Amino acid sequence: MKSMETARLTDQAEVKRFIAKLLQASPAAQTEVMVTEWDSALTRFANNGIHQNVAERDVSVRVRVVKDGKTGVASINQMNESAAADVLKRAIAIADLQSKGEVVPMPGPAKSQAVEAWSDATAAATPEERADFVEAICARARHAGLKAFGAFSTGSEQFAIANSLGVYHHHRSTEATINSVVMGEAGSGYADRGAIDVRELNKDEVADEVIDKAQRNQNAQPIEPGTYEVVLEEYAVAEMLEFMSYTGFSALAVEEDRSFMRLGERITGDAITIWDDGLDASGLPAPFDFEGVPKQRVDLIKKGVASGVVYDMMTATQEGRQSTGHGLPAPNTEGPYAVNLFMQPGSAAKPDLVSGIKRGIWVTRFWYVRIVHPKLSIITGMTRDGTFLIENGKVTRPVKDLRFTQSMLEALDGTVAAGKTTKLQIGEFIGASRVPAVHLKAFTFTS
Amino acid sequence: MKDLAEAALNAAQVKGAGYADVRLDEHVQQDIIVKNGQLAAVSDDASEGFGVRVLVDGAWGFAGSARLDKHEVEEVVDRAIRIARASARVRTAPVDLGPAVTSRGHYRTPLERDPFSVPLTEKVDLLLRADAAMGAVKGVSIREGSMEFLRQRKVFASTEGAFIEQELYESGAGIEATATSPDEVQNRSYPNSFGRHQGSGGYEYVVAMQLDRHGGRIAEEAVALLTAPQCPSGVKTLILDASQTALQIHESCGHPTELDRVFGTEAAYAGTSFMTPEKLNHLQYGSPQVTITADATTPTGLGTFGWDDEGVPAQQSFLIKEGLFVGYLTSRETASVLGQQSNGTMRADGWNRIPLIRMTNVSLQPGNSSLEQMIAETKDGVYMETNRSWSIDDKRLNFQFGTQLAYEILNGKRGRLVKNATYAGITPEFWNSCDAVAGRNEWSVWGLANCGKGQPPQTAHVAHGAAPARFQHVKVGILK
Repeated sequence: MKSMETARLTDQAEVKRFIAKLLQASPAAQTEVMVTEWDSALTRFANNGIHQNVAERDVSVRVRVVKDGKTGVASINQMNESAAADVLKRAIAIADLQSKGEVVPMPGPAKSQAVEAWSDATAAATPEERADFVEAICARARHAGLKAFGAFSTGSEQFAIANSLGVYHHHRSTEATINSVVMGEAGSGYADRGAIDVRELNKDEVADEVIDKAQRNQNAQPIEPGTYEVVLEEYAVAEMLEFMSYTGFSALAVEEDRSFMRLGERITGDAITIWDDGLDASGLPAPFDFEGVPKQRVDLIKKGVASGVVYDMMTATQEGRQSTGHGLPAPNTEGPYAVNLFMQPGSAAKPDLVSGIKRGIWVTRFWYVRIVHPKLSIITGMTRDGTFLIENGKVTRPVKDLRFTQSMLEALDGTVAAGKTTKLQIGEFIGASRVPAVHLKAFTFTS
Repeated sequence: MKDLAEAALNAAQVKGAGYADVRLDEHVQQDIIVKNGQLAAVSDDASEGFGVRVLVDGAWGFAGSARLDKHEVEEVVDRAIRIARASARVRTAPVDLGPAVTSRGHYRTPLERDPFSVPLTEKVDLLLRADAAMGAVKGVSIREGSMEFLRQRKVFASTEGAFIEQELYESGAGIEATATSPDEVQNRSYPNSFGRHQGSGGYEYVVAMQLDRHGGRIAEEAVALLTAPQCPSGVKTLILDASQTALQIHESCGHPTELDRVFGTEAAYAGTSFMTPEKLNHLQYGSPQVTITADATTPTGLGTFGWDDEGVPAQQSFLIKEGLFVGYLTSRETASVLGQQSNGTMRADGWNRIPLIRMTNVSLQPGNSSLEQMIAETKDGVYMETNRSWSIDDKRLNFQFGTQLAYEILNGKRGRLVKNATYAGITPEFWNSCDAVAGRNEWSVWGLANCGKGQPPQTAHVAHGAAPARFQHVKVGILK
């Protein structure tokens, strides 16, 4: 039975032949082919039992053609000869039916640095292994008189991109994630982990964290909204970083005057250094972007100073520079996107971040964050699954979840300390962040 | 397709499934974006595949694949069965689906003009005309217009004997103008935010929007917002336009009445609900002005279909009746827990996902007021229009929304334009403060094509009928 669960991805040489044939068949001046194939499974649990358990195998073949200064993009989820002919025909038809428009240039060949992001163990993970992992958490919760909820996923993917200018890149990756909420009668806790290799996910460690948090977070009492010193755990810091990337770290956002990034100026506290690095193996590495450009490290905020933004082919060409390898799949009007984020850790042990706080709030995670004011970097959202009062340097009791409305840059400007360890947070849809927990001087809770 | 469906169901039964269903799905989508006077993107995406859902030993398994051949069907069924057996190792109570569903039939979205037969040039011309109207206004820095067209052909078959074919169409379009200054980014969109106004139907749905007639107005509003004063802070009367009322219904009534959330099956992701079963028929959710229905037969609604993805026929049910909480959105499995029958809300966002309880067309029924009358009756208030930001807690109680446009209302008259408007509240307090809803002639159906739920994530297309509505004693103007 085990062999059936070995990742059922098409042989890499076959993918390369398929792409080559498609490029050869194209009558367009320039053609780009992107193939993404994945085999993934997810086991979901609630009330201490598995209630949803799914698997899928799919592929996306995406073709971009440039013909007479006109662009057409089409995709199909089959990888065979007739599908190739169909998707090419549709892309050409779109190009033929339109008047000349803006053409996003295709890159020429450049060597990308190989990064290892594959684990045979993850690719071969079975439903029984996922069930056993989940049962370990559920059993611990049951024993503690609590209920466990969550999802455990394992998946493998290969991604290849090529164009008629000679680009060909191929990368394969695996990913395993576990997230869990454990609930009691009057409160909940949370934990998650993500890794390339499923064997790095430790069920006891996850169970320890989520059950301890749930037990400590029972019978929370309300607290007056207002501005408090806070400790944000890595879950919350990573979410803040993702929103900073979404609103501010792209060259297009700066060009369109939508970003909070004022390059060369100090925009937040000098304890804050943030960069993007798709080649760092401690993140979720990918050696090239969705336009086939090798990824470069980009320093975004250096000691509080806005120092750089990420580029794709369009924004780089407009500014007469090289793409940093942050392009999204065509057609893309959203601009480049930083998806491999890192925040500089500090020197404090995470439990010591509360020292020196007379009255503050410990936040496990955020929930339903949305942008209120992009240029002032103001977001709103709720705390969730473990919000605690800090009194005289100690976490004392749980408090009811609070809504915050806060400028991210202003909050980070008041960074008192950052944890010396970092945690990898895998994004829900794309990319990952590696961040420390932080102690911030002021954070505004509005209700 | 029928052969593959039968092969899957036969294989599932032979291999030990007590129940199985199969969905075959073919999905085509065209997207067009015009930005700053240029055609910026046209794409044509196609996806097809099948998913098999099985019950073995009272536990669920599901597998799907894009490969539509009989060998793959065998493999996928094997995989679903193996997954279900693994689920059974960590099962709680065995799944009870209630009475068998044996629906058979065919449904096609009513439409006048197939959007895929409309020439690309006609669509692009309309977007370019709207773009030019926005571009004629000085101070607009970004102009964008988009259209999206979808066609989904799907087959549902089950071991209980159901066999359904559906052909669903959606058409959508929208424009947006953005103006910036050193401290501000202000945008105005038409007819709705989230990129587009979308409905079930053909190209006539897009033509009716008259995008080119509204480009100039929204561009002027975006520019004016740059220099408008901040929305005042305080507790005031709040009047919402129909589109923002629609989003308020979505977040604070649609989601908390999903019975799977109530039972905790979304707890680790989308959250739970404050509308727990002991509150059914007891909770005064809103004022007597508030009646909210779920209706999968509403014309042009994105939640309109013939049968849901469990084969249950489209139907209407009450969620809130004159303020009282009276019903949930249900599936076969969740309804049976309450001794009810499904009201047909299970939908998957493709062949590779299992169906979940999703809103259909969850609508606030029209009242007998009007926007004009509501403003005339208000001494100190704010009128807010078109969503800009939205956030609500995991139990769907504590919310904060922002809108693109707002006007002060003073002594019965519309006053100054104000920017960065926000309001916040607690769901039952808010809906109980509703003292007026506009009538049928101001009521319209608003599609939301970005409703997220589930792991792996799924995006549902849902809709809300709504009219302008008024709420008393609401906290407004929360910026920080």
